[in-house]
Amino acid sequence: MKRKLALVALLASSVMGLAHANDVEAGIAQYREMLQDGNPAELFEMAGEELWTTPRGPKNATMEKCDLGKGPGVVAAAFVELPRYFADTGRVQDLESRIVTCMVSLQGFDEAKILKTGYAKGEQANVRDMATYVAGASRELKINVPQDHQKEREMYEVGKRLFFMRSGPHDFACATCHAEDNKRIRLQGLPNLTGNPGDGIGFAAWPAYRVGNGQMWPMQKRLNDCYRQQRFPEPKFASDATIALGVYMGVNAKDAKSIAPAIKR
Amino acid sequence: MKKIIPFALVGATLVLAGCMSTSISSADADKLTAEVTANSFQSKGIAKVERLQQDEANRLCSAANVAGKPLAADVAAAIEAAQLKTIQWPTDGKFLGDHAKGEKIAQSGKGLTWKDKADRVNGGNCYNCHQISKEEVSYGTLGPSLYNYGKLRGVTDPNSPAAKAVVEYTWGKLWNARAYNACSNMPRVGHNGILTEAQIKDVMALLLDPQSPVNQ
Repeated sequence: MKRKLALVALLASSVMGLAHANDVEAGIAQYREMLQDGNPAELFEMAGEELWTTPRGPKNATMEKCDLGKGPGVVAAAFVELPRYFADTGRVQDLESRIVTCMVSLQGFDEAKILKTGYAKGEQANVRDMATYVAGASRELKINVPQDHQKEREMYEVGKRLFFMRSGPHDFACATCHAEDNKRIRLQGLPNLTGNPGDGIGFAAWPAYRVGNGQMWPMQKRLNDCYRQQRFPEPKFASDATIALGVYMGVNAKDAKSIAPAIKR
Repeated sequence: MKKIIPFALVGATLVLAGCMSTSISSADADKLTAEVTANSFQSKGIAKVERLQQDEANRLCSAANVAGKPLAADVAAAIEAAQLKTIQWPTDGKFLGDHAKGEKIAQSGKGLTWKDKADRVNGGNCYNCHQISKEEVSYGTLGPSLYNYGKLRGVTDPNSPAAKAVVEYTWGKLWNARAYNACSNMPRVGHNGILTEAQIKDVMALLLDPQSPVNQ
């Protein structure tokens, strides 16, 4: 594994040394291809699977009876239909918030404590790993976020409004960067999230392993860092704003093939 | 009158279909969004929740995007007129600073996030969206290319009367881009205090000084 990571770093640095923008993009595509059999995300995925099947928490129970929307215990193909409405909580929930629900109901963890824990710390690291595992169980499947329940349709409309909400010192909205095709920030290509940006792009790529900082990022962390760069205040973990944006992006990306957990620059 | 009825029916059917597909009126969705927004964010560092309060220009431009249609011409004109009034012209009458300093400001995308300290010197974020000098190949494409900005506009002496209109427009555009385009995506660099007056002068020089690499 170490050798592979060193190779990534080497390729990344040689990629940065290339003179032309198109060469750089071609180089990034090339090293992504070379890495597809050795994506470090798989380590997190394996850790997540082990967490899922290991008795933990005050109730010393596993996550195996967790209902991710397709019935208790069904992990396969659940991710591509999230976020969705759950009758037991009366909420539309995304993957990470649903995992927390199961950690509370099945294992007896303290919800408030998990929500307050920082990214990749304590039980949040476990939420990350389990999210990566569940996402991996939908590999190559098409995104199919439901709009059957009234609350799912309401969350789409809320997500759309948040997506276009300009504010803060830079007047940025999500839409500032993600509402047109074929645009870039510096050399970074920007997916157009107002429609289906294509298989494995945008919504269909997260959770993803980020080569640049060596971190595994689930969607909650991805959105958190978008809002940081947008110069907004911080979105709370699993808040309705983040879930509504997930519904908006997911419904727009209908039929895009999920490659999560992906590998990113 | 009879001829109009079928059209009215078609209209009513479309409205009904619209309601069925969303199950929520636009006004109710706006209200719900306000509630969700109020409950979902927390102040962190210098990025306080007050940043979520939109001014009139942002509120109107965001709503137009949600509706998927541009602002009415008179509404856009009113925004532009109001934004134009916010522009502060250089206090000493000098528009251009140092183009080399301007390049550094254009390169930097730092500042104003929740990780940044309040006293941090902000960058202009310019290269994130614009091509500027030929030497920098890592540039974004959200904004138009600014390569040869002054040269293409015939600026040979920025202090000359001939260059006055371009120089003033460029200053105004940097200070508050929305004085000229109501819903421009460009940050209101001066108006929102992203860059100081002295920094804006340096960026002006980067764009307009005939000696700047931009104009070679």
